[in-house]
Amino acid sequence: MFGFGILSALIALPLIGAVFVALIPGDSNASRSSARWAALITTLITFALSVYAYTLFNSTTAAFQLLEERSWFGSGLVYKLGVDGMSILFLLLTTFLMPFCILASWESISMRVKEYMIAFLVLECLLIGVFTALDTILFYLFFEGSLIPMFLIIGIWGGQRRVYASFKFFLYTLVGSLLMLLAVMAMYGVAGTTDITVLLKTAFPASMQKWLWLAFFASFAVKMPMWPVHTWLPDAHVEAPTAGSVILAGILLKMGGYGFVRFSLPMFPEASAYFAPLVFALSVIAIIYTSLVALVQTDMKKLIAYSSVAHMGFVTMGLFSMTEQGVQGAIFQMVSHGFVAGALFLCVGVVYDRLHTREIAAYGGIVERMPLYAVAFMILTMANVGLPGTSGFIGEFLTMMGTFQINSTVVLFAATGVIFSAAYALYLYRRVIFGVLEKASLRNLLDLSAREIALLAPLLGLTLYYGFHPGPILDGCAASVEALIRGYDAAISASHTASLALPIVH
Amino acid sequence: MHAAIVFLPLTGFLIAGIFGRVIGARASEIITTTLLFVAAIFSWITFVQVGLGPGKVPTEVIASWFNSGILQVDWALRIDTLTAVMLVVVTSVSALVHLYSIGYMHEDPSRSRFFAYLSLFTFTMLSLVTADNLVQMFFGWEGVGLASYLLIGFWYTKPSACAAAIKAFVANRVGDFGFLLGIFLVFILTRSVSFDQIFAAAPGLAGKHLFVFGNDFDALTITCLLLFMGAMGKSAQFLLHTWLPDAMEGPTPVSALIHAATMVTAGVFMVARLSPLFEQAPDASTFVIIIGATTAFFAATVGLVQNDIKRVIAYSTCSQLGYMFVALGVGAYSVGVFHLFTHAFFKALLFLGAGSVIHAMHHEQDMRMMGALRSRIPFTYWMMVLGTLALTGFPLTAGYFSKDAIIEAAFASHHTGAMYGYVATVVAAGLTSFYSWRLVFMTFFGPAKWGADAEVVHELAHDGLATAGAHGGHAADDHGHDDHGHGHALDPHEPPLVMRLPLLILGAGALFAGLLFAHLFIGEGYEGFWKGALFTGPDNHILHAMEEIPRLAGLMPTIMMLLGFLVALYVYILRPGTAHSWAQTNPIIYNFLLHKWYFDEIYNLLLIRPIFWLGRVFWKRGDLGTIDRFGPDGVSAAVVDVTRRVVKLQTGYIYHYAFAMLIGVAAIVTYYVVGGVH
Repeated sequence: MFGFGILSALIALPLIGAVFVALIPGDSNASRSSARWAALITTLITFALSVYAYTLFNSTTAAFQLLEERSWFGSGLVYKLGVDGMSILFLLLTTFLMPFCILASWESISMRVKEYMIAFLVLECLLIGVFTALDTILFYLFFEGSLIPMFLIIGIWGGQRRVYASFKFFLYTLVGSLLMLLAVMAMYGVAGTTDITVLLKTAFPASMQKWLWLAFFASFAVKMPMWPVHTWLPDAHVEAPTAGSVILAGILLKMGGYGFVRFSLPMFPEASAYFAPLVFALSVIAIIYTSLVALVQTDMKKLIAYSSVAHMGFVTMGLFSMTEQGVQGAIFQMVSHGFVAGALFLCVGVVYDRLHTREIAAYGGIVERMPLYAVAFMILTMANVGLPGTSGFIGEFLTMMGTFQINSTVVLFAATGVIFSAAYALYLYRRVIFGVLEKASLRNLLDLSAREIALLAPLLGLTLYYGFHPGPILDGCAASVEALIRGYDAAISASHTASLALPIVH
Repeated sequence: MHAAIVFLPLTGFLIAGIFGRVIGARASEIITTTLLFVAAIFSWITFVQVGLGPGKVPTEVIASWFNSGILQVDWALRIDTLTAVMLVVVTSVSALVHLYSIGYMHEDPSRSRFFAYLSLFTFTMLSLVTADNLVQMFFGWEGVGLASYLLIGFWYTKPSACAAAIKAFVANRVGDFGFLLGIFLVFILTRSVSFDQIFAAAPGLAGKHLFVFGNDFDALTITCLLLFMGAMGKSAQFLLHTWLPDAMEGPTPVSALIHAATMVTAGVFMVARLSPLFEQAPDASTFVIIIGATTAFFAATVGLVQNDIKRVIAYSTCSQLGYMFVALGVGAYSVGVFHLFTHAFFKALLFLGAGSVIHAMHHEQDMRMMGALRSRIPFTYWMMVLGTLALTGFPLTAGYFSKDAIIEAAFASHHTGAMYGYVATVVAAGLTSFYSWRLVFMTFFGPAKWGADAEVVHELAHDGLATAGAHGGHAADDHGHDDHGHGHALDPHEPPLVMRLPLLILGAGALFAGLLFAHLFIGEGYEGFWKGALFTGPDNHILHAMEEIPRLAGLMPTIMMLLGFLVALYVYILRPGTAHSWAQTNPIIYNFLLHKWYFDEIYNLLLIRPIFWLGRVFWKRGDLGTIDRFGPDGVSAAVVDVTRRVVKLQTGYIYHYAFAMLIGVAAIVTYYVVGGVH
C-alpha cells in the first residue's frame, strides 16, 4: 500500500480509527456507543493484522524482518521499521491487549468517551511504533510520545489524586528520557547514523559506552521501573482507570525491558558487563523491598503495582545475566506479566465497578456471591505467585536459573521473592475473597457478567496455556536471543573484561 | 495405562470442577471416586508388573515442556519400582478417601468442589512421583502445595482455616526456596535436570568443590542440603514443621490423604529418588539423620499432651516422617520407603478412624469431651486399636516390620550421627506408644464426658486445663463448621458403610502390609524388587548389618512400646487423674509441651512481625519519606513554587502545563535533531 509495508499499516490503522472516532458527531449516547464500537473494531482489526504479520515472520533466524525504509526529513533521518524475534512478541502483546482495554472501559467510562478512545488508539499507534522502529530517532519519538496519551488517560479519567499521579509519572519519565536523547545524539556523532541495524554492529569505545549506557539506563530504569525510581508506578496505577492500569502494566513497563535488549545490551556490551553488578543489586533490592511493601498495602491496586515492581526485578536480573535462560526467561516474564498483571488489574476493576473502592478492608467473603470471580482471581493469584503450570513460573524459573550461572549470591536473595510473593498474594486473596460475608454492601454483589467473562477468559486461558506450553514464546525469541548473546560474548572476550564470579566446579 | 493412572484423576478434577454445579454433587462424587478406583487398580497392576516382573519400563515422554539453550524439560513418566510403590500408596489411599468422604462430607453444601480438589491433589501428587526430571517434580511439588492450600482452607469462612492454609503454603515455599536453588546447582553440576543424566553424572561429582554464594563448598553436600530443605518443608521436619498441626483445620479426610499418607511423604520420596546424590554426600546425610531424629523425638513429646484428637495424630505423623528420614540418612533407603508404605495404611486408618469418631461426636475434636465410646462405636474402636497397634510396632503388624527396621538400621550404621538417630528413635518409640494409647483410652474408655450427665465433667475439663494452657480456648474455636453442639441430644453412632469400608481395607493394610511385603522391600527379595531404583554405594551394607545387631538393641523398640503402653494404662485407666495432677505440679514442662516448644510464638516474634514492620518501614519511610520526598515531590514543589511566582496565568490544571511542556520539548528536540543532521 503506497509502498509501505505491513508494519506501517499496523502503525497507521489505530490512527485511522482515531480519526474516524474524532469525526463521530455529537455527544449523545448513540455517538458514545459508536465511538466504543469503532475503537473496538479498530483494535481487533489491528490485532488480526499483527497475527497475519506473525505468520509472515520466520522465527528461525535472528535477522530483522518485514523491513521497510524510506528517507524522512531529507537525507539524515530515516523511517525504518522491522521486527525480530524479540520485538514481534511485544508487538503481538500490544495488539492483543488493546481490545481488552477498550472492552474494560465499555461501561466504566462515560465521560468524554470519544476523547478516551482516541487517546487509547493513539497510544496503540505509538506503542506499535516503539516495538517496530529501527531508527533511534524514530524510536525516541515513539518512546516519548507514548507518554502523552498515557499522561492524559491518567490525568483526565483518573481517580481523585490523578493530577498528582500524572505529574509524578511525567516528571520521572521525562528526566530519564532527556538523558537518553543526549545519548542518541552522541551515538550519531560516533557512528554517523541513527539506523539501529548499523548501530548494532558499531563498536563504541569502552569509556564512551559507560556514559551512553548510563544515559539509556536512566530512561529504561524509570520505565521498568527499577528501585529506587519506582514510586511513580503505584500512584499511577491507583489513579489510572482500569484500562489505563492494564496497558501500563501490560505494555508500558515492557518498554524499559525492550530498551535494554534493543540498545543497552547489544550496543554497549562492555558497559553492560561493567554495570551488571549494579543492575543485580537494584533488582534484588526491588524484589525484596517491594515484596515487603506489597505485604502491608491496604489498597488492592497498590499491592498489585508493587508486586509488578518485584516481578520486573526478575526481568532486569535475567537480562543482565546474559545467559540464554536468563534473557529468554526475562522476555517470557515480560510477556507473561503483560497478561497476568493485566488480568489482575481487570479483576480489581470488576469489583471496583461494583463498589467504587479499592480498599482491601471493604471486601471479605465475596466468594459467596462471586464464585466465578473467585476462581479467576485464584488462577491469577497463582500465576502471580509463580506456580508451575502457570505462565508466571517459567519466567521466574528461567531468570533465576540463568542468573545463577553468573552470580549465585544474587539468586540466593532473589529466590526469597518466591516466599514473599506467596505471602502477599495469598494474604490479599484471603482478605478479599475468603472469610464470612458480613458487610452489608457486599450482600447484593453480582458475579461476573458476560462481558467480564469475555474479558478475563482469554487472559486466563493464555496464563495456563503458556504455563504448560511456553514453547511459542520461548522458541519465538530463541534465535534472536542466541544472536544477542553470541555478539555479547564475542565483544566481552575481545575486550578481556570478563571478570564475573562464575560458579566453577573444581 | 501409566498415563491413565496420572490423567484419570485430572479428568475427575476437570469434570467435578467445571461441571460440578451442573451435574450435581452426587454425580461429582461418583465420577471422581470411580475414576480413582480405576486408577488404583491400574496402579496395583503396574506395581505387580514392575516390582515382581522381570525388566524395567522405559520412560514415556509425553511432550516437551520447555527448552532454553541447553536446558531441556520434558513431560515424561518414569515408571520404576519406587514410582510403582508411590503409585499404589497414592491411588489406593486417595480412592479410599474419596469413598469415605462421600459419607463424611454428606452434609456439606459444596461437595463438588471438595471432590474436585481431592482429585486435583491426586493428579499433582501422581505427577510428582512419576516425574522424570527435577522441574516436573517441582511442578507436582508445588501443585500438591496448591491442593493442600485449597483443602486446608476448604471451610473458608473460618479465620483459623484461612490462616492455616496460608501458613501451610508459605512454610512450604520456604522449603521450595531451597529446592529451587538445589535444582540450579544440579543444573550447574550436570548441565541437565533430568534424572538419567543426573544419575549418570553423579559418581563423577564426589569430592568436587563448587564456588557458590561467595564460598567454596563440597559440591554434592551443598546441593543435597538445599534439596533437603525442600523436603523439610514438604515433610514438616523440625524447624519447618509448624504448618502441619495447623493444617488439621481442613476436613478430616484431607488430613488422612494429604497430611498423613501422601503429600507429606513427598520429601521422603524425593530423597529416595535422589539417592545417587545423597549416597555420595555423607555430610548432607548426617544432617538428614539429625533433623529426622530430632523431629521424631520433638513431635512425639508434643503429641503427649495435645487434647485435639487430630493434632495428636498430626504430631505422630510428623514424628514418623522423622523416622523415615533417619532411615534415609543412614543409607537404608528401602527401609525408609517401606515405612512410608506401611505408614500410609495405618496413619490413614487412624485419621479416618478419628474422622469417624468426630463424625459420631458431631464435630467435637477435643478428647476431653469424649470417653466411653468403645461400646457406642465398637467397629471404629477396633479399627483405631488396629491402627494403634501398627503404629506402635506391635509384633507382626505393619509398623513392627518397618519402624523397628529403622531403629535397627540406625543402630547398625556407622554413619556420623547414627547413634543419635538410634537413641532418639528408641525414646520416641516409647513416647509414640504412650500418646497413641492415651488417645485410645481418652476417647474410648473412662466415663462419658458427653450427653446429659457430663456437664460437671465438662466444666472441670475446661477449667482445669484451660488455666494450665491457652489450648482450652483454642479447642473451643475448633468446633467445626456446623454447630450441632455436643449437649444433651448427642447419640454417638457408627458411620455409614461408605465410611466403614475404607476403614476395613486400611485396617487389613495396617495388619498385613508388613508381613506381606517386608521381604520384598528390605529382605532377601531386595535386588529383584527394586532393580536399581534406589542407589546404594558399594560400601553400603546397611541391610546386611541390620540383621547382625545385638539382640537387646533389636528388642529395644518392642520394650519401649510395652513401657509406653503400661504407663498410659496406669495414668489413664488404673489411676485416672494422674495426668492432671502431673500437669499441675509441673507447669513449666507441661506448658512447654502444650505450646509445642513455643515455635509459633518464637517465629511470630522473630520473623513474621519484623517482616511486616520492615514492610511498613520501607513503605512509609523509604518510598514516601525518602524517595518521594526528595525526588518527585521535592522537584514538583520547587517547580510549582517557581511557576506561581513567575506566571499568574493559571487554569488550574497542571496537566495542561505538562502537556504543553511536552509538546514544546518534542518540537524543539525534533527541530534540533533534524536541523543538526544537515
